[in-house]
Parts: sequence; C-alpha cells; structure tokens
Amino acid sequence: MVVVSLWEDLELSLRLDEVAFGYPGHTVGAAASFELHSGEVLCFLGPNGCGKTTLFKTILGLIDLQAGAVYLDDRSTSSCSQMHLARAIAYVPQQHDAYFPFTVLEVVMMGRSPHLGLFKSPTRHDEAIADAMLNQLNIGHLREEIYTRVSGGERQLTLIARALAQEPRILIMDEPTTNLDFGNQIKVLAQIKNLARQGISIIISTHDPDHAFQCADRVAMLKGGSIIAVGKPAEILTDDALQVLYDVRVKVMEVRIPHLHKLRRICIPLN
Amino acid sequence: MPSIVKSNPRRMRLRSSLWISIVLLAGIILFSCLIGRYSVSFREFVIISVSHISGTPHDLPIVLETVIFKIRLPRVLAAVLVGAALAAAGATYQSLFRNPLASPDILGVSAGAGLGAALAIFLSLPVGAIQLMAFVFGLGAVFAVYGVSRIVRGHDPILVLVLAGVVIGTLAGSCISLLKYLADPYDQLPAITFWLLGSLNAVNTSDMLVTLAMVGVGIIPLHLLRWRMNLMSLGDEEARALGANTDALRVAFIMAATLITAAAVSISGVIGWVGLMIPHVARLMVGPDFRALLPTSMFLGASYLLAVDDLARTIAEIEVPLGILTAFLGAPFFLWLLSRSGRTWN
Repeated sequence: MVVVSLWEDLELSLRLDEVAFGYPGHTVGAAASFELHSGEVLCFLGPNGCGKTTLFKTILGLIDLQAGAVYLDDRSTSSCSQMHLARAIAYVPQQHDAYFPFTVLEVVMMGRSPHLGLFKSPTRHDEAIADAMLNQLNIGHLREEIYTRVSGGERQLTLIARALAQEPRILIMDEPTTNLDFGNQIKVLAQIKNLARQGISIIISTHDPDHAFQCADRVAMLKGGSIIAVGKPAEILTDDALQVLYDVRVKVMEVRIPHLHKLRRICIPLN
Repeated sequence: MPSIVKSNPRRMRLRSSLWISIVLLAGIILFSCLIGRYSVSFREFVIISVSHISGTPHDLPIVLETVIFKIRLPRVLAAVLVGAALAAAGATYQSLFRNPLASPDILGVSAGAGLGAALAIFLSLPVGAIQLMAFVFGLGAVFAVYGVSRIVRGHDPILVLVLAGVVIGTLAGSCISLLKYLADPYDQLPAITFWLLGSLNAVNTSDMLVTLAMVGVGIIPLHLLRWRMNLMSLGDEEARALGANTDALRVAFIMAATLITAAAVSISGVIGWVGLMIPHVARLMVGPDFRALLPTSMFLGASYLLAVDDLARTIAEIEVPLGILTAFLGAPFFLWLLSRSGRTWN
C-alpha cells in the first residue's frame, strides 16, 4: 500500500515563526517554528515539563508571546481579538475539575460563545449545532446529564464536542487521552482521525508514542522547550530518538495486523 | 423532534422553581403586612388596600391605614429590596470567583461600607451623609482590593483577589475598632454598633428610592451579560479560549455587584450571610445557569430577608438586630448544607 501524504498539497492554516513562550519573567521555550496544514494531525511528544501546555496556550493567545509570531492564514494572531481567534482555533484543555453542575448540553453550548453577540444567549440554532456535535461523538444520550457526574471519558468527549461547537478550523487538544481507560483512549483517537478527515487541523499532545503512531500525520518532539525534530512518525520516532527524548531504552517494532493487511508500529520499553 | 421532548422536563422544572419563588415572595409580603405589634386581619388589609387604590372611604379605624402604608409597607419593601440585592451580588461573586464562599464580604465591600458609616457617625454627620460615606467607602474598598490584585501579578488572579479582600477587610475592621474605641460611649458607640449589626428600623421612602435606583443600575449589566457569566464560571483561561474578553467582563461584574451591595448596605447596615446562603439554595433549585440563578436568587433573597425581618420585629419586646438573626440562622444552615454533601455547589 502506498502512503500518500495528503497534507503537503493542502492549504496552510497555522504557522509559528521563531516563537518564544513562557510566563512573565520565566521563559519556558524558544525558537519554536512549525507549520500546520488543513486536515493534518500534528502530535507533540515530550517529557513532563517540556513546555507542551505552555506552547499550546501561547498559540491560543492565553499567554502573551515572548518573541516571534503566530500566523493564522498569514495574519499575525497578535492583531486578532480573542473572539476572532476563538472562531478559528478551539481548545480542549486537560482534564479539569468542573466547579458548577452544568448539564452536558449547557457545557457544549458554551462553545457557541465566539459566534454570539455580547448580550446574546444561545438560540435554538445553537442548540441544534450542540446536539449535532454530541451526536457526532456518540454521546447524544448524555445531553441532560450533569457534566460533573459523568465519567472521565464522557467528560473528555463533552469538551471535544464543546470545541467542535465553536466550528473551528484548528483544534488544539492537550493530552486528550490522559486519565482515560483503554477503550476510551482508542475512541478518542478514532474521533481525532475522523475530525481530521473532515478538514480540521489538529494539534494534540500525548505521553504515549503508540498514540502518535495511531493518529498522527506528523510528530513534533519537544524537549526542554525546544522542538528537536518534526516529521512523519515512522521517520522520527526511532529507538534512538525516543531514548534521547525520554531517557529510557525502547524498541520500535513493526507488526502486521493479519486480517487488516496493515503494518502498525508500536513502541516497546526494554527496561 | 426528540430534542424538544427530552428538554421539556428540565425547562419545566426551571419554570416551576421560578414560579414557586415568586409565589413564596408574594405570600410572605402579604403575611408581613399583617403581623406586628398592631396586628391587621386579612379582611381589614383587603378592605383598606381596595379603598386606598380606588379612593372609596371605609369604616375601619384610620390608624390601620397608617400602620399598613406608612410603617409596615415601606419596611417590607426595604427588606425585599435589600434581600434581593444581597442575593444578586452573592450569586454574581460566587459564579465569577467559582467560590461557594464568595459573598459581598469577600471583596471587603461590607467592611468598607461599615467603616464609612462608622466614620460618619463618629464625625456626627447627618443620616444622608452616613449612607453616602458607606457607599463611597464600600466602592473604595473594592477599588483597593482590585488595585492590589492588579499590582501583584504572576499569581492566580482569583486567589490574589480573594486574599486582598481579606486583607482590606481586616484593615477596615481594625479602623472600625479604633473608631469604636475613640467614640463617645453614650451616644456614638451605640449608634455605630447598631449600624454594624444591621437593621431596617430607620429606613425611609426617599432613601429607599435612591437605593432602588442604584440596585436597578447594577442589575442591568448582570441581566444583559447573564449568559456570559456562565463562561466566566469555567475559569479565566477556558473562558478566554471560548472568545470571552475576561478582563472587561470581570470588571463589569465586580462593579455591578459592588454597586448593588453598597447601595443595600447604605440603608440597612451590615447584614451578613444572605449573599452567601441564598445563591446556594437557588443553585440547588435551578442549577448553575446564571440566567435562571440570578432571578431565583433575588426572589429567594427577598423572601428570606423579609421573613427574618418579621422575626426581628416580633420575636421579642425590643427589636433584635437583623444581622444577628441572619447569622444565627445562616451559620447552622450553612453547616447543614456542607455536611449534606462535601461540595455543596456540586
């Protein structure tokens, strides 16, 4: 089977140019440059504290850029309002504690915020969009459930539905599989691939190289605030590279999945 | 088709909760007009009300009309106004700071207003000036708290704001203690103490109209931005990722809630616990959506403070300060709420 990299021909949606990121008085990372194309899944791998979340928040405009520029369709995002950004880029934060017992539907409808005027409440049209997103993620039955009482996997899917309700072109997901059981991890990864097929560009971070093999078109390795490599998973995620990244010895194996006639790479620790 | 069928029970529950709180308030208002040292029967109340509105004469004692329209009704309306105002401010602070303990006290509004009033009494200023000082110092306390939280950057902004509120509140409390220490023990000290305990005893109609106007001005932005408040209760970063201008919204909400609080405190003195307790109860009834939470809190707050004020003026020969009763009722209620579920806002 010939692997065709579709994304190279597609339009550019996001570009980072020599971005330095961090908090006031404390620089986490510097010289981050990469491009993101339509319908592409770019997966960030890196050890704890390497700056993935900080980089993501910088792209989203939640933290001020320290240097460089982020371009959305060749327009610098520092000249965009938060409202304008939120129509293009949606964020799925890491699992978080919810404070108030909103229903799942209410949470998803909040994703309509960038499309609503300051004094407006969601309309039936917005509710229909929220319902469509719930159904797309197969959690339509949860709409009246209390968000704080559903399972971790259902919460993660709710946050993805909320991000989709923003109707974004770019989705940034911070460790969407962390804290999920095995089945839910696979369901979320499948949804990510599904969304990319619909043309949404996706940036995710994960702690599991296998997840990168399963869903990523390209991988970026982030260590100590620097992007040390970007490229296709099969080319970049080598034994040596993973050892440099995580400081453990691993073996990347290629396995044949019999009845699918597919080769799949997996990462096996050697300790 | 299925969505409409499914969403109906929740909407009906919301609507019925709101109606229950409206009917409850109407019932307590009626009851409050009847009870007191000079008790009025329901029949007398109806006859006098009808004759007052239609202008037809009645054969009941004229003192009844004075009791109802000159004494009882202004006080009842004041309790309704102050209760609704404190509950609205409390609901706003709790949603905004994502903190169930947030209340008008959190930003030092009450302590600041108390200091302003105590200072005015200490300087033997007239009643109008006492209210003005209460209002100005209440707003001043919030500006001080907000200013401190702006200067101390690089920390969790909510935490800094709450801690700054504690510091400014404590400082204001110390200044009040100093004024009490220096005050004339026969004249000023009882006045300061009584004011700090909270009471609706001395409310008059013109003060109430000013307060009503200020509370109204504060409610307008809360009502217009009612859905945006739901975003704010997700936390700063998530709200911004959803496109909200959180800095501007936070200032608008704080200003509105503080105006409402200071306006209420300026006629009633310091009445605690209402702004903390009532939004909890309202949230248990209608959930956290601010569009339902705000009106429900206001109706419940009005009912609650009115009922407590009825107690305050009938429970004993002398009038019991309102602030003491709200604390006596509020503290055990809150403990009960806490023990019922570890996270009562959940």
